[in-house]
Amino acid sequence: MMAGNELYVATGLIVILIGFATVLVKRNLLKIVIGFSLIDSGTNLLIVALGFYPGRTAPIVNNPDMLANRASLLVNTAKVVDPVPQALVLTAIVIGVGVTALMLAYVVRLYATGKTLDVRQFGRMKW
Amino acid sequence: MKQIISIIAIVTIGFVLWQLVPIAMPSGFGAVTHHYVADGLKDNGGSNLVTSIVVNYRGFDTLGEVTVLFLSVSGAAFVLRRRSGLEVQEPVPASEIVQTGARMLFAPIVVFGAYIFVHGHLTPGGGFQGGAVIASGVLLLLLANRDRALPHGLLSWVESLSGFGFVLAGLAGLIVAGSFLANKGVLPLGQWNRLVSAGVIPIIYILIGLKVGSELSVLLDVMVHAAGDEEAN
Repeated sequence: MMAGNELYVATGLIVILIGFATVLVKRNLLKIVIGFSLIDSGTNLLIVALGFYPGRTAPIVNNPDMLANRASLLVNTAKVVDPVPQALVLTAIVIGVGVTALMLAYVVRLYATGKTLDVRQFGRMKW
Repeated sequence: MKQIISIIAIVTIGFVLWQLVPIAMPSGFGAVTHHYVADGLKDNGGSNLVTSIVVNYRGFDTLGEVTVLFLSVSGAAFVLRRRSGLEVQEPVPASEIVQTGARMLFAPIVVFGAYIFVHGHLTPGGGFQGGAVIASGVLLLLLANRDRALPHGLLSWVESLSGFGFVLAGLAGLIVAGSFLANKGVLPLGQWNRLVSAGVIPIIYILIGLKVGSELSVLLDVMVHAAGDEEAN
């Protein structure tokens, strides 16, 4: 594995694992929501890192040097990083915001019902 | 006992992910990516290849994404619609400096958000980012003055009409060029690296920016006013 993106991939993996640990160990509902948010961010970092090629630039063609053929506007594929993971992560970030908002809304309702944020007090939802 | 199970689960997840990473490591572009990168500028006329993927090649996916965001905001608003009846401290009013500063900064923030989504096909930016910037301006207003009432009717009209416009742009592609959300042939692609270029992509991204901005503003408003008396609303 000599791609030059090990640091970013490893960071993404560690953030995902911290998120999982938070979700499994913490008992405060808000901290569990933060854990899910960390899993989300770590996954996004991991996906973007997997599309990264050292020495290449962002997939924005604003310079004639990045064209393979000036007349037909063909882009030189050796100059830019992979844009597909970036497009997928753009989607994932927005969905993450929506899901986090929904989770926080549930936390507010649960707190209003049980007057506590301790997940152990909501025993009726145990499987 | 629970701690042991948690540690085993985390170690297992970490090990599996670590084993999966080398398989997903980049080894050059696949056929689809190669097409997106090499022909993206020729097909769509937009300098930002990520935008040309998000709005054109995977435009249908983005329509679904906008729908998911709408549904999650609706869900949060539904859950928080009834006042929770929580006892909250009487909020301390923001100082004069904060209130004046928020009023002064609101217009530049909205203009900056609009700048970001208008240039979505040229620079790193786009409808989702610009919409989030506009919503942050609204959040500033709400933090300065909790009782400020947002124009809910206007926001829901902007949100509905921009979603409708997105579908109309897609249908225009279906009628003119033969496939849903097609770009080539619907509008002229224009000159490379100019503001007015890339066919329908800037139009769709402006609509997405308005939709995301109004949705997130409504979400913030609902969340700020979630606590309060049972009988209000």
